[in-house]
Amino acid sequence: MTEATTSPTAREPQNRSLRSLLFAMELDTRLLGMLVALAVIWITFHLWSGGNFITPRNLWNLSVQSASIAIMATGMVLIIVSRNIDLSVGAVLAFVGYTMAMAQAEWIPRTLGLGFDQPYTWLVALGVGVVLGAAIGGLQGFLVAYGGVPSFIVTLGGLLVWRGLIFRYQQGQTVAPLDGIFQLLGGGPKGALGAELSWIVGGVACAGILYSLWASRRRRRRYDFPVRPMWAEVLIGVVVVVVVVLAVWVANSYPWPPALAQAFAEENGIPLPPGGLIIQTGIAFPVMIMLGVALVVTYLATRRRFGRYVYAIGGNPEAAELGGVNVRRTITLTFVLMGVLCAIAGAVQTARLNAAVTNLGVQNELDVISAAVIGGTSFAGGIGTIPGAILGAVVMQSLRSGMLLLNVDSPTQDIVVGMVLVAAVGFDAYLRRRAA
Amino acid sequence: MTNRKVATLIGTAAVVFAACGGGASPSVAPSGPAAGADCVVGVSWNNYQEERWAKWDEPALKKAIEDAGGKYISNDAASSEEKQASNVENLISQGAKVVVVLAQNGTAIKPAVTAAIADGVPVIAYDRLIEDPKALYITFDNVEVGRMQAREILKAMPKGNYVFIKGNQADANADFLRGGQQEILQAAIDAGDIKNVGESYTDNWDPAVAQTNMEQILTANNNDVDAVVASNDGTAGGVVEALRAQGLAGKVPVSGQDGDQAALNRVAKGEQTVSVWKDARELGKAAGEAAVQLCGNPDITKVKGTIIFKSPGGNDMTSILLTPIPITKDNLNVVVDAGWITKEALCQGVTGTSVAACK
Repeated sequence: MTEATTSPTAREPQNRSLRSLLFAMELDTRLLGMLVALAVIWITFHLWSGGNFITPRNLWNLSVQSASIAIMATGMVLIIVSRNIDLSVGAVLAFVGYTMAMAQAEWIPRTLGLGFDQPYTWLVALGVGVVLGAAIGGLQGFLVAYGGVPSFIVTLGGLLVWRGLIFRYQQGQTVAPLDGIFQLLGGGPKGALGAELSWIVGGVACAGILYSLWASRRRRRRYDFPVRPMWAEVLIGVVVVVVVVLAVWVANSYPWPPALAQAFAEENGIPLPPGGLIIQTGIAFPVMIMLGVALVVTYLATRRRFGRYVYAIGGNPEAAELGGVNVRRTITLTFVLMGVLCAIAGAVQTARLNAAVTNLGVQNELDVISAAVIGGTSFAGGIGTIPGAILGAVVMQSLRSGMLLLNVDSPTQDIVVGMVLVAAVGFDAYLRRRAA
Repeated sequence: MTNRKVATLIGTAAVVFAACGGGASPSVAPSGPAAGADCVVGVSWNNYQEERWAKWDEPALKKAIEDAGGKYISNDAASSEEKQASNVENLISQGAKVVVVLAQNGTAIKPAVTAAIADGVPVIAYDRLIEDPKALYITFDNVEVGRMQAREILKAMPKGNYVFIKGNQADANADFLRGGQQEILQAAIDAGDIKNVGESYTDNWDPAVAQTNMEQILTANNNDVDAVVASNDGTAGGVVEALRAQGLAGKVPVSGQDGDQAALNRVAKGEQTVSVWKDARELGKAAGEAAVQLCGNPDITKVKGTIIFKSPGGNDMTSILLTPIPITKDNLNVVVDAGWITKEALCQGVTGTSVAACK
């Protein structure tokens, strides 16, 4: 991490060499700093909780617990980058999640009389949710972009309206249980890839990353841009592959809970080995969904015109407008994307809880905005990355689950998370001022 | 952005709000028949948007008042302590002779209640305690709910590691419940049969929070948990899902309360041991009838069925305490017979004939 507090004289040479090393590798120092912070948090909790934190089981839980906030945080980055804000995400998630639950637990089986647990139920419910999410996002985006109402106000209104609307369904009664297949979206041992598929996903991911490193080097060569030294390319490649392999290994090291494995063995007539049946869980579906979303949104943000427009608007709206960017359309689209992501996160949350409740997503807007901001998204606009926001979500959830393991009560948790939020942004602002 | 544009938008927004919100706020009911028509009962709800008040409490309360020829008026504080204080004054200025208050905050509402009583308007503290001995307190016995939860769990699992998933820390009921649970389990804890291996409050009674808390407790104890005393059905739902992920749903007894449909379905499926049921219609009816009596005679001690309840604040509260019913697999027919839940909803996904109510 950058040596912000050391005195210049003693550490100068080492400092410079570290900086030049990072410079040669063209690494995002902010992202690197967050990874270091995350490592510190994990190790601290691990020691503190008597070795309960960095275990396959806890890390697997952590990945699932962070997924829905991370999914929404990717969209929030683009909203904040374009100098807007969305306070309604928790309420939109709740309304859409509730609608999806109604679709699968009431409308399809009861109203239409098609019965429970049909093979298509989950897909129809999810489709209804995504369309509704897009429509809500589109409406709010339209009011912001074409109506000229500040996004703070539109989404503040939305926060009240969408949550209020839940009570139109059965006076807000809990809707449960949900469709069997739909539940898998929320994770759990059965809602995971299993060992083989996890390794395949890991392999594909490694191949993809290595290819993109190679492709970017070739592209730079072609346009005579400076390239990283070869040793830096190799180092980055090796580190990334090791991290991916480690992550898959951790997910696979979490075996099915013995009681579940035993029931599975009995159902399928598999004789129980003496040590109990070991089934590797692998990467959970919500985490796969989160990774898929991250990939798509990163692609949209960095490789498509839409993304470049978003950053251009955030950097300087007037210049973007004069430069021929369709600002209104772009802003509307960021909100549509946000609505869709809320629907996906809503599916994950309701599936995980196996119920839709009126409390769904309460205060999620704060968690999502915090994740984006801890991840380096700037309220001044124009700055923010998707991987940063996901890391931000993981940092927040790490703090919460770590404190839960230590039996810290919830008001104290809030105090700690609040201070971390302000400290992280303050530290970031300080570093930026120094760099400038 | 021009002012005209803003004005148009605000206008549009207002229309949208009105359209969406139509019927959301409880409104003044048509006046009842002639007899006792001057008995106007004002009800101040703290948050009408919660499932139960609109669906069960209000219709019962309203019916009890209107059947006696009284008139029902109400307003909603939308979870705001401040708003509720002015709402109470508002009801009195609308002519309420008796005020029923479902308190958002039993302490914050006290000045408004004291003022109403000083004005000669009797006040009924509905479901939640208001520490003013001049108010009539009508509720289900929450300590008893906690006792019932613990009794059923103890029956199912007399020894082992217990987890306590409590309610919202800011809600006095959370501690009433926990106190009742402790009363029943104390002997077994002292004897070393029961060990408390994890205990946590649940912010806003949020099921998702309860689920995460339970996951972390299971992790910290390496799944060595034998029973969970959860304080209501919502938190029980989160607990059951955390247990299900570990293959423990149905094997570890779990308690709850409220008689939520989803929870009763879990009881039928054997995933939840007990849901202590407080028939909100009984509570509404009791309050409605008490209000009508107070119209005739504002002396709260003369209301039928009152006893003296020693409150946590040391007040002797004139109270009507209704007794809840623990619903387990064996008496599920009670909720079906009462029309609280349909047999279809109760028995969805139940296989076999082990549950009498689903046969």
